[in-house]
Amino acid sequence: MSTADPSTWAAVRITLAVAAASTAALLLLATPLAWWLARTGSRLRPWIEAVLTLPLVLPPTVIGFYLLVALGPDGPIGGPWEALGGGRLVFSFAGVVIGSIVFSLPFVLLPLVNGFRAIGERPLEVAATLGATRLDRFFSVALPIARPAFTTAAVMGFAHTVGEFGVVLMIGGNVPGETQVLSIALYEHVEQLRYDEAHAIAGGLIAFSLAVLVFVQTRARVVPTGGA
Amino acid sequence: MNVTADADGLRVDLALARGGFALDASFAVPASGVTALFGPSGAGKTTVLRALAGLEPDARGRVVVRGEVWQESDRAVFVPPHHRRAGLVFQEPSLFPHLTVEGNLRYAWRRRARDVGARWFDDVVGWLSVGPLLARRPEGLSGGERQRVALARALAAGPRVLLLDEPLASLDRASKREILPVLASLEERLDVPVVLVTHSLSEVARLATRMVTLRDGRVEEVGPVEELLARPDLSHEPGDPLGAVIEGTVVAHDDDDWLTTLKAPCGEIHVRRVERPVGTRVRVRVLARDVSLALDEEPRISILNSFACVVDRIDDAERGEALVRLRAGEGEAAVFLLARVTRRSLRALGLAVGTPVFARVKSVGLEG
Repeated sequence: MSTADPSTWAAVRITLAVAAASTAALLLLATPLAWWLARTGSRLRPWIEAVLTLPLVLPPTVIGFYLLVALGPDGPIGGPWEALGGGRLVFSFAGVVIGSIVFSLPFVLLPLVNGFRAIGERPLEVAATLGATRLDRFFSVALPIARPAFTTAAVMGFAHTVGEFGVVLMIGGNVPGETQVLSIALYEHVEQLRYDEAHAIAGGLIAFSLAVLVFVQTRARVVPTGGA
Repeated sequence: MNVTADADGLRVDLALARGGFALDASFAVPASGVTALFGPSGAGKTTVLRALAGLEPDARGRVVVRGEVWQESDRAVFVPPHHRRAGLVFQEPSLFPHLTVEGNLRYAWRRRARDVGARWFDDVVGWLSVGPLLARRPEGLSGGERQRVALARALAAGPRVLLLDEPLASLDRASKREILPVLASLEERLDVPVVLVTHSLSEVARLATRMVTLRDGRVEEVGPVEELLARPDLSHEPGDPLGAVIEGTVVAHDDDDWLTTLKAPCGEIHVRRVERPVGTRVRVRVLARDVSLALDEEPRISILNSFACVVDRIDDAERGEALVRLRAGEGEAAVFLLARVTRRSLRALGLAVGTPVFARVKSVGLEG
């Protein structure tokens, strides 16, 4: 293994930044969604849950393609966004983060849904009879009891974002210092037959992924299975 | 104990249909004291309790607690559970797993009713002897300890009414012995109505002053425990023996014979010595199977307790037996006993309603 070159370090930085930003956004987004899914009696629930877990089974390029269309300057999201003065979404850092959020959603959502379901009604009923309002019950009982599920969700979301390729390539392209994440840098090194750099990145990602899975396993939480 | 006019008690009219089960229960509970909600499993006792606490939003009807309307479906009034202040103790203690014992108690204390005094938290901790457990985590506690903490937690919130759902059912004998005295002290320590769900007659006799019997979702009987426990036709589970309850006052202790004498309307009752001061009111339970009947007062027999009674009512029981209700004393002061005898004995003695008899009691259980 040779010392990684500066562009590799830039890719490490971008990868971590994308993973951190999308994990944070995902936790905020998935928590209320998971709470609702775990407790609703709505007949729409299976459909909504299926749509939200679609990224588990779809080829990443399919998601990437639709996101490219939607976020593009003429797309239903990218168009109004740019008209309102927002910057270009496709082939930008922001676009990659949005893509990661969509792609990694099930990996954050499912552990949270399972975690919330495992609490059951009883602790919340007890809290209610003790005078806790709905919001109070959520923050003082549901969140702390489901804390292990949050750890699992955050770790899985982060790790899965670090490992993504297809969505980023479709929506972010390969802009060094902007959208070039590790998996794409690896791809480029291989294309150019620079196997030493490729080895450094590939080996590093294996070590990282292994560490994550060992962490999750030792906490004995159920992790979602599926294609990625 | 005027119940219907008791503005400080509970007035409950609830209906709920779910699957094949229909609940339609109306009863009142006095402002203080323990009322047992008694019935076989599946009678709807727990559902009533949950509906009182506001945990059954589908229940319809009217619930008034100490003058506050908690529910009035006709006027779309439904006070949510967190505004009801119903101290509900579930059959399983259901402590918060993420908090210590102290954390569990403080959770309730921080959300307590406004009118709760500053010393109440320490009072509850001392009363239920949970002080030594405060730093422990729920998973390390025994069943009895958990139930004690759950009760302390419900009390710490300063409930307007205390609802206990079979608090002894999931406990072993040792844990039961540990928590029974605590429950028995509720009546004098607590100034709020207590509703105790149970399917055990001995718990009713030990802990309650009034009872409501529930069967298939409907109220069968409401009344004082002394009166209902002397009913030969009281529905109960086969393994749970019937027995009447009598109140008496401690009048003397005999250290040599290890006996205590009680004065009751039916006469003196001798029981195994109890450590209660003279003058204390105590309640004894006399199981129907421990009572024999005699026409003459033969003195030469080992049994200590014998009361002059009149046969008040005779009901057929299973397997060739009969349940005889006996009245001792007249009018307001009358008390009742139940005796289980064979139908052959009934015929042999020529017993009928109005026959004077002597009830010989083999064993008298003290119920606190």
